[in-house]
Amino acid sequence: MTSIVRRLIISAFASFWITAVATPVLAEEITVSVAANFTEPAKEIAAAFEKASGDKVTLSFGSSGQFYTQIASGAPFEVFLSADADRPTKAEQAGLAVAGTRFTYAVGRLVLWSATPGLVDDHGAVLKGSRFSKLSIADPAAAPYGLAAIQTLKTLKIYDQLQPKIVQGSSIAQAFTFVKTGNAELGFVALSQVINEPGGSRWLVPEADHEPIIQQAVLLKPGADSAGSRAFLTFLKGGQARAIIRRFGYATS
Amino acid sequence: MAEALWLTLRLAATTTAILLLIATPLAWWLARSRRWWKEIVAAATSLPIVLPPTVLGFYLLIALGPASPLIRPLAGFGVRTLAFSFTGLVIGSTIYSLPFAVQPIRNAFAAIGDHPLECAATLGARGLQTFTRVALPLARPGLVTAAILVFAHTIGEFGVVLMIGGGIPGKTKVLSIELFQLVDNLEWGKAHLLAGGMVAFAFTVVVAMLLIERRFGRLQG
Repeated sequence: MTSIVRRLIISAFASFWITAVATPVLAEEITVSVAANFTEPAKEIAAAFEKASGDKVTLSFGSSGQFYTQIASGAPFEVFLSADADRPTKAEQAGLAVAGTRFTYAVGRLVLWSATPGLVDDHGAVLKGSRFSKLSIADPAAAPYGLAAIQTLKTLKIYDQLQPKIVQGSSIAQAFTFVKTGNAELGFVALSQVINEPGGSRWLVPEADHEPIIQQAVLLKPGADSAGSRAFLTFLKGGQARAIIRRFGYATS
Repeated sequence: MAEALWLTLRLAATTTAILLLIATPLAWWLARSRRWWKEIVAAATSLPIVLPPTVLGFYLLIALGPASPLIRPLAGFGVRTLAFSFTGLVIGSTIYSLPFAVQPIRNAFAAIGDHPLECAATLGARGLQTFTRVALPLARPGLVTAAILVFAHTIGEFGVVLMIGGGIPGKTKVLSIELFQLVDNLEWGKAHLLAGGMVAFAFTVVVAMLLIERRFGRLQG
C-alpha cells in the first residue's frame, strides 16, 4: 500500500473518531429535505435557527416527488418541507412521518418569467402569441409547481396548443435554469425564485388559475426522537421564520 | 415507452455513425503521428471518461444556448438554441462517447505495426489506398468494438441528457430519463420493466463484445 493511501485511510478514521467522540452532546445535526422552490428562504431560516439553537441544519434540495420516493425508500431525512400537501399527507398515512406534526408553512405563487425584458406582459397574453418557441416548466409528475403550470395552461385553454413548446426541468430549480440561460424564452417558476431577480419580465399568475400551492412540512420517522428536529419545526412556525417566508413572496397562515 | 425506446435507438445509431466517421481519422493520426503533442490531443479526447457528466451538461447548456457564439450565427436560420432538440442530444452524445470510439480504434491501428503498411507501399499503394485497403480491414475488430461501445454507452447516457434535454416526449425523453421520471412518480411496475430490459440489453452487449474479441483473437492468433 502506498503511503498516500495509508495516510488517507488513517486520516479518514481519525476524523470519523473525532466527530463521533468529540461532538458535544447538546448540539444536534438535523437533516431536512426541502422542495427546490423553497431553497432561498430555507437557507435563511436554517441560518437563523442555527444561530438561535446552536444545532446544525443540513439542507437537501430537490423536487418533492424525488424526495418522497427517497423517503419511502428509507432516506434518513428528519424533516420534509414539501411543495404540496399531498406528499406529506401520504407520508403520514404510510407511516413514514410522525402523525400530527404536519402543518402548512407557506402558500406559494406561480410566476410566468422571462429573462428578456418586455416579453411577458401583465396578463400573460404572450402565451397566446407566437413570440416564443420554448416554455419551461417543472416535471408535473414530481414537482407541484409544474402541476400548477399545467393547470394554469388548461384554465387558459391553451394547453393543447402549447404542449409541443413545453420543456421540463426535473425540479423547479432546473426549470428556472432553462429560462435564466435563455434556452427557453418563457417559464413557469416560483415567485420566490425571481422575487430578488431585478431584470426580465414577469406575470404573477392569479391564484384562481390553478389549485392553491399549499406547502406542508412534516416530521419524518427518523426524526421522531430528535428534539432538534421538533425545535426546527416549531421555529418554522414562529414569527421570525414567517417574516422570512413572506419576504420571498409566500403567504403564511 | 415505445416512443422513448425508438428515440433512444435513433440517438444511439446516429451517434455511432457520426463517431465512427470522426474517430477513425483521429485515431489513425494518434496511432501514426510522431508529434510530441499528440498525447495532449489524446488526453483531451479521453476527458469525457473522467469528467462528471454534469460538467459536460453545464458547458453544453451554455454552448448550445442563445447567448453562445456558436449558436448566434444560426439565428438567421431560425435556430435559437440547440438545447431541448435531438440535434443537441447528438452533439452531447458525440462528445460524451468520443473516447469510447477513439481508444479501441487507435489500439487496433497501433497493433497493425509498420510492416503491412510498408509492404503495401513497396507494392505501389498510395497513402489513402494503404489506409482504406490495408489499415481499415486489419483494424476491423477495433472498429466493431468501438461501434458496440459507443452504441451501448449512448443508450446508457443520463446526466448530460438530463441537463440539456428538457424531457420532451419523442425528441429528448430517452429511456434513462423516462425511468428517472417513473421512479420519481412511484410508478415502479413500469420502472421495473424498463430497468430489467436495460439490464438484459447491457448484458447482451457485454457478451457480444467478448464473443467478438474471442473470434477475432483466434483469427489473428
